[in-house]
Amino acid sequence: MTFKEIQHHAKAEWEAFANSEKPRIYVGTATCGRSSGALDVLNRIHAEIEQRAIDAHVIEVGCIGCCDAEPLVDIAKRGRPRICYSHVTPEIVPQLVTDYIVNDNPRPDLALCTIGQGEIDGIPNLFALPMFKPQVRIALRNCGYIDPGNINHYIANGGYSGLFKALKMTPEEIIGEIGKSGLRGRGGAGFPTATKWRFCHDAPGTEKYIICNADEGDPGAFMNRSLLESDPHFVLEGMLIGAYAIGATSGYIYCRAEYPLALERLRIALNRMQDYGLLGDNILGSNFSFHIEIEEGAGAFVCGEETAMIRSLEGKRGMPYARPPFPATSGLRGKPTNINNVETWANVSAILQKSGEWFAGYGTERSKGTKTFALAGKVVRTGLIEVPMGIALRQIVYDIGGGIPDGKEFKAVQTGGPSGGCLPASTLDIPVDYEHLAAAGSIMGSGGMIVADSETCMVDLARYFLSFTQAESCGECVLCREGTMQMLEILTDITGGSGKPGDIDLLLELCEAVKSGSLCALGGTAPNPVLTTIRYFREEYEAHVNEKRCPARVCKNLISFYILPEKCAGCLICMRNCPVDAITGGKRMIHVIDQHKCIKCGICLDVCPSRFNAVAKVSGEQPLTPEDPIPVGSWGKTS
Amino acid sequence: MQFMKDRANLIPILQKAQEAEGYLSPQAIAEISQFLDISENDIYSVATFYALFRFTRPGDHIVKVCLGTACHVRGGERILESVERELNIRCGQTTDDFKFSMERVACVGCCALAPVVLVDQDVHSKMTPAKAKEVLARYKTHGEDI
Ligand SMILES: Cc1cc2nc3c(=O)[nH]c(=O)nc-3n(C[C@H](O)[C@H](O)[C@H](O)COP(=O)(O)O)c2cc1C
Ligand code: FES
Repeated sequence: MTFKEIQHHAKAEWEAFANSEKPRIYVGTATCGRSSGALDVLNRIHAEIEQRAIDAHVIEVGCIGCCDAEPLVDIAKRGRPRICYSHVTPEIVPQLVTDYIVNDNPRPDLALCTIGQGEIDGIPNLFALPMFKPQVRIALRNCGYIDPGNINHYIANGGYSGLFKALKMTPEEIIGEIGKSGLRGRGGAGFPTATKWRFCHDAPGTEKYIICNADEGDPGAFMNRSLLESDPHFVLEGMLIGAYAIGATSGYIYCRAEYPLALERLRIALNRMQDYGLLGDNILGSNFSFHIEIEEGAGAFVCGEETAMIRSLEGKRGMPYARPPFPATSGLRGKPTNINNVETWANVSAILQKSGEWFAGYGTERSKGTKTFALAGKVVRTGLIEVPMGIALRQIVYDIGGGIPDGKEFKAVQTGGPSGGCLPASTLDIPVDYEHLAAAGSIMGSGGMIVADSETCMVDLARYFLSFTQAESCGECVLCREGTMQMLEILTDITGGSGKPGDIDLLLELCEAVKSGSLCALGGTAPNPVLTTIRYFREEYEAHVNEKRCPARVCKNLISFYILPEKCAGCLICMRNCPVDAITGGKRMIHVIDQHKCIKCGICLDVCPSRFNAVAKVSGEQPLTPEDPIPVGSWGKTS
Repeated sequence: MQFMKDRANLIPILQKAQEAEGYLSPQAIAEISQFLDISENDIYSVATFYALFRFTRPGDHIVKVCLGTACHVRGGERILESVERELNIRCGQTTDDFKFSMERVACVGCCALAPVVLVDQDVHSKMTPAKAKEVLARYKTHGEDI
């Protein structure tokens, strides 16, 4: 088949689906949906429509990004937009089927939004929702919209037209187009993609490799997972375009083993490509041939670094090596190799499908296009978002994220994971782009964005990241191996209540040493979380060191739990739930915690009924309490 | 799956071996060493580098507590401790009856539903210490049928 024929066939299938007389039901079954029970919902839908002999299309789609509203089910009827229902349970399925499919009542009370053209009374459109209004979807444009297992859905929505166009261009023209777009790598460092491609293109040799970095090591990020699960072809098309531009004949996708669904959907996608002659020899009848293999990671963060990844692909320990030579001239098996991140590849597809100029129309002077972020932590609406570069952090946290839950106060936003930093409220108005984030001490990173509130301890957060980088350091460079260990010990002391005067300055000194004495960016950036937290939250460090107090009441050695005698109703609940029997009391007796036995698990605070609210978590203070249980009501009367 | 005799296949082969047995037994390592013609030492040096590989028999159920950033700020450590208490083992260990092993992981990609615990393939989200106890109790009593 020629590409025109493939396109024709795909469009016919899509149109027949989109304009079908039968109702269409879309179930979001990406990992976030599944962990909220989407598969049970899907089974129930199948059972329900079969039992009632309703003729409907049921398809699985990826994730639109509203992870906290999962499971999501959309129902569409001919000529009307899809209605997206949130928090769907198997129990509610029969009702939805009866109400909307059978009786034509769209149930605005259960709906989150409509998706697509047209309006339905009482239900806002997706892009009218506060979470979506500021978003621009380029990389995520198909996510949750098409069936990721169906290549025709992708093709009917513009898919592989970028490759088709590229095959008629010269490699130089393609690289020029990417140059015009201003695209920079989305894996963290933000290196201009066209420049990297040109190096590899110009490198001598007939055997060259392309690698898609799907290792997504930042332990709080899931943008790449979601994209691969929801729209794998978008990434694969970019790889083909890159391979053609560079002159590569084989490619690898290095994907974390922790992402089984992404791996499965990639495998299906590769098979479908093969069926259409989009992979293998003489792609689409041209003289361009390309093969892709999938390699599963084995749980080493450092393998996300390009030279370590190359070693891992060669069957070795994933230890980075010194550059130059850069992978572009000598990479996998000593051949020129080009590595790009999942999101970078998707952007490449988008740029070739539209144009470099169109892409450059979004973003700022030096940071073009959009960026996806995995918004999580202490924020009302968690999920996957895509915003134009240059948007203010405040807009992300408050407009898209809906602010901080439970009326708590914003404290910081962490970007860039273990290589990034914590940005305080005073930076909320800086534009999100490579330069501004770096100037503030953090990095763009791959897109992890964790919001911290007044109950997040910044010293503990720094210790957390250091414990991660220390464990993941491959051990090659002394300063990375030993320096992160020393830093972690100091941070553990500080959070454990045995910090000493001078510790903070010693940390700063170690930060500089580790930064300058590490071969790869793992060590080079590991101090960032410590540096930024000291820069912006030094008083929190000082409270730990000087007053042995944790203002956020997180660090275990510095907090205590007490039962407030004026509030305790003697209900026995905390006593029964205490895992170490540290609570004494009796019915209608004021309970007392034995501070020596208490392991500070906080379960008493969790279980104390909110109408009593009698358990206090304190740091640096000690409420007055009786030594032994006394009858409820007698506190304060005797003394 | 058939593998070519190529060093580049070492990690995929180790992964397959672990999938089959649950861990990398000394026999498996010896066989791989013969097949690829690389020393056992060399194989151990690679295998121990990667967190994925285990060298002792795991329990029937593998409990993985997520300690990614999102889970950490939402109290992942408390969940880890409560699982340790419940199973009476430390992270990285296996119960004497080989029913449970316990590991920590860094992000399973469900940050929006933090804190998260995986038991085998099942994701349990928005955990509390009490919920962790409940979840584990289900696997304890139902044993194999879950
Ligand atoms: C320790 C470390 C971990 C990294 N992890 C990742 C990762 O998980 N995903 C990624 O795309 N890039 C990661 N990188 C960056 C890669 O080395 C490389 O810059 C990137 O894949 C290039 O792609 P890009 O130009 O498209 O961003 C990591 C770098 C370091 C130093
Ligand atoms: S941090 Fe736990 S799932 Fe991402």
